[in-house]
Amino acid sequence: MRFLLRRVVFYALTAWAAITINFFIPRMLPGDPVTALLGRMQGRIDSNAEHSLRVLFGLDQDTSMWQQYLDYWGLLLRGDLGLSFTHFPTPVADIVSQSLPWTVGLVGVATIIAFVIGSLIGTFLGWRRGTWADGLLPVATFFQAVPYFWLGLITIAVLSVNLGWFPSSGSYDRGLVPAFSGEFIGSVVYYGFLPALTVVLSSVAGWVLGMRNMMVTVSSEDYVTVAHAKGLPERQVMLGYAARNAVLPQVSSFALSLGFVVGGTLIMEMVFSYQGIGYTLYQAVSTHDYPLMQGCFLVITLSVLVANMVADLAYALLDPRTRTEDR
Amino acid sequence: MSTGVETSPGVARDAGPTAEEPVLEVRNLSVDYGFGDDPTHVLREVSLTLRRGEVLGLAGESGCGKSTLAYAATRLLPPPGLITGGEVWLTGRDGQRADLLALSDAELRAARWRDIAIVFQGAMSSLNPVFRVEKQLIDGILAHRPRMGRAEARERAAELLRLVGISADRLRAYPHQLSGGMRQRVMIAMALALEPQVLIMDEPTTALDVVMQRQILEQVMELRERLGFSVVLITHDVSLLVEVADRIAVMYAGEIVETAPARDVYQRPRHPYSAGLLGSFPPLHGPRRELAGIPGAPPDLSQREPGCPFAARCPHVMDVCRTELPVLGRTAAAESGRLVACHLHTSLPAGKKLPDLVAR
Repeated sequence: MRFLLRRVVFYALTAWAAITINFFIPRMLPGDPVTALLGRMQGRIDSNAEHSLRVLFGLDQDTSMWQQYLDYWGLLLRGDLGLSFTHFPTPVADIVSQSLPWTVGLVGVATIIAFVIGSLIGTFLGWRRGTWADGLLPVATFFQAVPYFWLGLITIAVLSVNLGWFPSSGSYDRGLVPAFSGEFIGSVVYYGFLPALTVVLSSVAGWVLGMRNMMVTVSSEDYVTVAHAKGLPERQVMLGYAARNAVLPQVSSFALSLGFVVGGTLIMEMVFSYQGIGYTLYQAVSTHDYPLMQGCFLVITLSVLVANMVADLAYALLDPRTRTEDR
Repeated sequence: MSTGVETSPGVARDAGPTAEEPVLEVRNLSVDYGFGDDPTHVLREVSLTLRRGEVLGLAGESGCGKSTLAYAATRLLPPPGLITGGEVWLTGRDGQRADLLALSDAELRAARWRDIAIVFQGAMSSLNPVFRVEKQLIDGILAHRPRMGRAEARERAAELLRLVGISADRLRAYPHQLSGGMRQRVMIAMALALEPQVLIMDEPTTALDVVMQRQILEQVMELRERLGFSVVLITHDVSLLVEVADRIAVMYAGEIVETAPARDVYQRPRHPYSAGLLGSFPPLHGPRRELAGIPGAPPDLSQREPGCPFAARCPHVMDVCRTELPVLGRTAAAESGRLVACHLHTSLPAGKKLPDLVAR
């Protein structure tokens, strides 16, 4: 229990540091949103409106940075991330909470599928090292090397444009009203198939190679030889002794990759015009929507932290050696 | 090249008295490392007999093939090791004999641990770090006795731990919570779980301190008295073998060069290499004497020269030693229970006397 508590305190501190940096960095940027807005509108906004815009954005009050920081925390704790500039006056929290489930659902599920399939294949390849199974390694290396947005374009070109099996963009049939109906969920799965396939294809190779190499290393450990010598069934040696130990480093990189699900899919969501957090962030950046950007960054930072924490806990669960005991 | 060397195919049977039946018989076992055209011959036609209830010591320098012999005889040899010939006959409790190298995978799996159990060198790394000791003791038992209940297996695991002097509450411990000595005791307990007939111990105490070494070996010997299994003890520590083993087989460069009762090897070694090996350890009794190493280094097994592998280092080398490989056979005095692979005992030129070293 002390272990758990220590980790929680550690992550709370890290979260505080991340949020603080997240607060200060945009404020150190030169220029302000109003100037940016005026510039973007290129004279279509009357310069007399500048002052009212400043009032609107709350830029007229001459509060100290410290006071702003405290206010920011106060709002944050109430779940208020401010209002989006581009989707004014929609609260940032609403936009983020609408787009986050799409990303988590699509990329999260795809990442889990890739991890499970990749680790299983890797286990098998590592166990059968030195046989024909090694012939699959160059294939894995190829998919490992291919950039996933390129793979995304290829899948669109082949499966969507040429064969017309899947839609090339969007997240569900626009003719449907979002609801918990079989039809709607089916549509979501149908639209999500191509992006998910891209994510799985591009990341599964990494899991295969990682797991295979760990299996090769672990298979020469003494305890695996002992397991053979004990006359255990081969399956039990492979899964219980070799794979059980080989999967440990995989689990920590899996949790880390879950953290990057939220932030790392920007290009994929652009390629497929998928309405996830990556696409939202892209829009926010291209329209200088500072509150939205900050909200997205916050969500990304926190999700990396949460994933790290999950990794820590999973590792402790799987590897008794990391469960340090207090004396 | 090594491939050009012809070894004599004669079956080198033990010439000793056969009052006790053999429980494990290794016949002409050959092992190569490396595939392709030019493998390294690591074991060359090694024959060895373990009698029931006996402690057989296997001695030799690092890299002489001691461990390879143990791994090959149990078919645990990892690639690129390859068994190229030979037989390993195991006599079951019912008197049935089976060649381990010819068994099917399922038969082999069944025979492992039930008939031959092994304790490995690395006490630290022999236990799966993520499972509790209990689970690792039990899974071996249940794999061979599927009808035994889990509770009964747990009972047996506790009994085994007590057998090696560890309190049963350590069953719930993970390997990293045990000391090196305890881990090796757990391994011994695990090895005895199915009351095997043969226990192979491959340098079981190298990772442990001297006091622990002695305790553990004494415990194994005591358990052997009680449970009646046979032991193959592999070590480079000849003085240890002299104390605990009934017979000693001395290995050099992948071949057995001498086998004899332990006391005979100690008092009257018949092979110049055995003599050199003993000269490099402090004597157990009697006055202190200067320790002498064996000059030179073991031959490169991938670059075999014809003739005796020990010729280059042997103080009594003769012309024949450089051209012909000596075969394991009787000593010059035809002593019973002793075999030696040395030309001094067979091809001594007329009129020349055996050197004192091997004729005492």
